[in-house]
Amino acid sequence: MDLILTGNQAIARAARDAGVALGVGYPGTPSTEVLETLVTLEGGHAQWAPNEKVALEVGIGVSFGGARALVTMKHVGVNVAADPLFTAAYTGVAGGLVVMAADDPGMHSSQNEQDSRHFARAAKLPMLEPSDSQEAYDFTRLAFQLSEEYDTPIMLRTTTRLSHGKSTVHEAPAETDLPAPVAPQNPQKYVMVPGFARARHLVVEDRQVRIQEWAESADITKTEYRDKKIGIITSGVTYQYVRDVAPEASTLKLGMVNPLPMAAIIAFAKEIETLYVVEELDPIIEEQVRAAGITVIGKANFPIFGELLPGIIAKGLGLEVKPSATATSGLPTRPPSLCPGCPHRGVFLLLKKNGLTVSGDIGCYTLGVFAPLNAMDTCVCMGASVGVAHGLERAGLDPAKIVGVIGDSTFLHSGITGVLDMVYNGSHGTIMILDNSITAMTGRQQHPGTGKTLDGMPAPSVDLEGLLKSLGVQDVTVLDPYDLANTEAELKRALAYPGVSVIIARRPCMLIPHEIRPKLTVDADLCKRCGKCLRLGCPATGKIAEEYNGKTRYLPVIDAQLCNGCGVCAQLCAFGALKVKE
Amino acid sequence: MPLTTNILIVGVGGQGIVLAGDVIGLAARLSGLEAKASEIHGMSQRGGSVVSEVRYGIHVSSPLIPPPGANFVLAFEMLEALRGLERMRPGGLVIANRQRITPASVTYGSAVYPEDAEEQLLAACPKAVIIDALAEAQAAGNARAVNSVLLGMLAHHTALPRQNWETALAQTVKPQYVEVNLAAFARGYERAERNV
Repeated sequence: MDLILTGNQAIARAARDAGVALGVGYPGTPSTEVLETLVTLEGGHAQWAPNEKVALEVGIGVSFGGARALVTMKHVGVNVAADPLFTAAYTGVAGGLVVMAADDPGMHSSQNEQDSRHFARAAKLPMLEPSDSQEAYDFTRLAFQLSEEYDTPIMLRTTTRLSHGKSTVHEAPAETDLPAPVAPQNPQKYVMVPGFARARHLVVEDRQVRIQEWAESADITKTEYRDKKIGIITSGVTYQYVRDVAPEASTLKLGMVNPLPMAAIIAFAKEIETLYVVEELDPIIEEQVRAAGITVIGKANFPIFGELLPGIIAKGLGLEVKPSATATSGLPTRPPSLCPGCPHRGVFLLLKKNGLTVSGDIGCYTLGVFAPLNAMDTCVCMGASVGVAHGLERAGLDPAKIVGVIGDSTFLHSGITGVLDMVYNGSHGTIMILDNSITAMTGRQQHPGTGKTLDGMPAPSVDLEGLLKSLGVQDVTVLDPYDLANTEAELKRALAYPGVSVIIARRPCMLIPHEIRPKLTVDADLCKRCGKCLRLGCPATGKIAEEYNGKTRYLPVIDAQLCNGCGVCAQLCAFGALKVKE
Repeated sequence: MPLTTNILIVGVGGQGIVLAGDVIGLAARLSGLEAKASEIHGMSQRGGSVVSEVRYGIHVSSPLIPPPGANFVLAFEMLEALRGLERMRPGGLVIANRQRITPASVTYGSAVYPEDAEEQLLAACPKAVIIDALAEAQAAGNARAVNSVLLGMLAHHTALPRQNWETALAQTVKPQYVEVNLAAFARGYERAERNV
């Protein structure tokens, strides 16, 4: 029986079968599982980099050395990696280099829904987009071949539904006779000074023309004529939706989304009465089709935002979608929340209690923005908490009222330079590093501060305190965020300190091995029903309504199945009603 | 058997929804059918609403369930069952676990958990099956086998052979939990049989 794999697993297996010397990246939903899978495969080698820019540079180095590399990241990671990406387009490759960019239309787990196809166009790189797990496998294998044949990095675009969709995969024989590594010996190609780069730019432009010509008649450009009244140009997983929603329609499925096979598109358009482009996010295909003078319906009927789910495509094609059953009452939302016992929870309570402006960052702790914590005021991108905190200070706000909050993995990704900037420019700001010793939100990945590599082997663990001191931070404090009184006292002291302060709040994530603590329970006799403990928003606490003197009041309850015994709620109780369970 | 069977699995992050989807997909493939599935990782797993979709048939294109919607809504929690209704096709069947997990918006906010969740569900889907899967799982020997109880109920309503479901379940869960999950599956399957 063929394997049933997610798109990400299929990409990992294809990379292994293509003989990659290294898979490298930084975790980011929905891309993370590619390297996590690759490292478990026999013959698979993968490692985490501290950020996407470093990952791509390592991948480029592997390629320059004559070996194959797969570099993985989510869409916003491409922003971080953009600098090497654009110039790698000029240098080309020695060994095959494939850069996977995982887009997240609908923002299931992202701060924006940018379209990575813009990067392929802007960097003048060929980009392939598979539509199911089999194609994820096949296109990854093909990408390595194309990369070497056309001397270019190849971008591989996925979306959340491709990366996390499961379907069957039939694997092809693995490549075996790959060349041995060779040191780069061609400065005109690999040293991008203006004199050399000018010549390489011409190579890039010529390459785009040649690979477009290849795509015109390649197998991955699939013209399927059915009823010619309706024709749909599409790519990626939306092709699969189109096939279900409009099975009679003719389709042109583009396996390469940059550059576009324009001759194939023009030939298809000629046969079709009403032509549509169905593409998620931006009208990248649509605009190029229009520029060729072809009349086409695109974003006029299909939204530019969110996922183009099958029902939305049906509506856009003018098909009738019958209303479905619904509940009769309004349904309360169920947003994600910090885990029971999460070491971040108490910190956010204190930040709110002290009326501070909080510049946040990317990770689990971004959930501090939601009720009842309501303790985050800004969040832009990886590392921005530090720069934004400093910018708020420079805007003229009191730095004693501002805290930048960043996780350990995020700090190592892109917070270090922000702190360097604060020190250099004489900031009085305060940064809290919420150090839970893991990259938590993406599913517990190792990083340079955890003491382990992707394959679980021991590794040196960065000394955060020493790092901060060497950046010039005089006031570095390490504390246990479970101890609310001490955390608050240190926070106040740091805010008053006339210079840069960094507080490292250190406690492991609840999802990795941690200290087992006794669970708590509520003593109903001591409890005054003030509800203060409920303001933590811990999923382990709930409430039971009681009638009391003709009014409704609520008794807090703790779910022993969920409680991790952090004891933060007990520290909030003025009546000693929250106790360790006997 | 309809051309394609579409199953929407809904619940709360951490309830074992991804595993349930894997079992369905494998049971279908053991029956010689094609299966596709879609799940969501990341932020939605921190106790938020979780949706997984599985489709199987002779040929399946989209991993997401297209209109008119799911043949089956397998709900691990009552509020999520109600939320899943809008993805169910007319004449579809809801199989729901009676469990209620209070969302933060109710515990700390002004939102209200619908008291009449069961009535609402039955009004929208009169043949809906609502079962205390937690009690059944505990009776089978492990409270964590809730998903196997629900899969057992679902299995009875599908055309896939019971044997293939059991093989799929045994191949998907960890070896030390095979027995208890098969027992939970059997309880679900037999409950469904008796209700027919």
